[in-house]
Amino acid sequence: MKYAYFPGCSAESTARDMHQSTLAVAQSLGIQLVEPKGWTCCGATAGHQTDRVLAVALSAATLAKVKSLGLDLVVNCAACYNRMKVANHEVATNPQVRAKVAEAIGRDYEGSVKIRHLLEVLLEDIGVETIAGALRGSLAGMKIANYYGCLLVRPHDVTGFDDPENPTSLDRMVAAIGGTALEWPHKTECCGSGLSMSRTDVVVNLTDNIVGMAKAAGAECIAVSCPMCQINLDMRQLDVATIKGRRHDVPVLYITQLLGLCLGIPAGQLGLNKLMISPERIVKAVVAAA
Amino acid sequence: MAITISKNKASRGIAKRVRELTGVDLSACYQCRKCTSGCPVSGMARCTPAEMMRRLHLDQNDELLDGDLLWMCVSCETCSARCPMGIDVAAVMDALRKIASERGAAPTRSGASRRGGEGNVPLFNKAFLKTVEVFGRSYDIAMIAAYKLGSRKLMADTEKFPTMLKKRKIALLPPTGADRKTVRRIFKKTKENKAADK
Repeated sequence: MKYAYFPGCSAESTARDMHQSTLAVAQSLGIQLVEPKGWTCCGATAGHQTDRVLAVALSAATLAKVKSLGLDLVVNCAACYNRMKVANHEVATNPQVRAKVAEAIGRDYEGSVKIRHLLEVLLEDIGVETIAGALRGSLAGMKIANYYGCLLVRPHDVTGFDDPENPTSLDRMVAAIGGTALEWPHKTECCGSGLSMSRTDVVVNLTDNIVGMAKAAGAECIAVSCPMCQINLDMRQLDVATIKGRRHDVPVLYITQLLGLCLGIPAGQLGLNKLMISPERIVKAVVAAA
Repeated sequence: MAITISKNKASRGIAKRVRELTGVDLSACYQCRKCTSGCPVSGMARCTPAEMMRRLHLDQNDELLDGDLLWMCVSCETCSARCPMGIDVAAVMDALRKIASERGAAPTRSGASRRGGEGNVPLFNKAFLKTVEVFGRSYDIAMIAAYKLGSRKLMADTEKFPTMLKKRKIALLPPTGADRKTVRRIFKKTKENKAADK
């Protein structure tokens, strides 16, 4: 299976582990990913907080390139996925925005590229049975709090991802690789995302709430699919410890890292050394598949 | 929730501008406060999303832009997702931030919004977008440096840098390979549109 793949800016910096594990998992499952040449930033939160047309045009610039490839677009970063979906929706439903975007990017783009999150591709196109057949290891019942955050599920009429209040995509994936997906209330709470530097106080509070709840639910680790969720919940745990004196010590892994481990991919190729809260005990807990 | 607004100053048409920017029918809000219940930061802020909506109903003037929620809002869109009237409250917040920036009501000085608060979100957004404008993709190190210099929060998070460098968790070299030409064109057009708006 062949898809266009948008790594997103974080993939080259703070989320290289997400990128590495995505590529490793894709290769292992026979998914071919093609980066559109010259891809550019989706605009992120700073874009839409500043100017609507700027934000849509930044995403549309890459989408127009993908259109020429004639492939569906796979995105793993939840934030890029969200901005790309919003851009598609805006140009498709608002002729004024479409005209302004066309002027900005130098070509007309009407919103026709099909955008998929990697999880959707894994669950719908590849399927859990095929994945189960490829497994070399199992999470052996490991208790996992699946954290979806905001941007996969909202705004739901635009992203159309799973269920807006109780998504289960990560849960199904975790179950497929032998883990126990916990029922817990903070699946779609917000980690504070782009405010990590500009309002660290807010992000530290939110991280404390979310990771604290995961721990209370009995989680051995948290599974995510967004670089902002990952870095906030992982790195800001250090601040929760110093500022609030609570040491949660819960590793935060990308679902592609957990899946990769169970596919028998070495931890080094999954970027697991990049986590701030050590995932060592998670890596050790993976057992050979029966 | 008691709201006091001053009536001696003429309204500067914020509600009207929000309607223009978003297409949202503000009058659809009947103050059920579901947005506020789900808002992850309303417990930390001094005002709530429902209160912002009410202030818009009352056509409050620039004081509305002082609400600390404006720059604590994490853009999680829970408010929009749960509004029983389908109001895109998050889009209203985006519009209010844009209006605040246009009117110079956004935080400008180091670490300070006009009503206090610790961060400087507009500065962060500017620093982020500047790296996108130059490189076509965001460049964390340059963005962090610009934010630190501008906000004078030089020491924040520095204790994490050695570990991050050791783990190569952050890219040192600027991103390459992006179609910078198109991105510069987008920023140029945005500036022209902004000038035309005025």
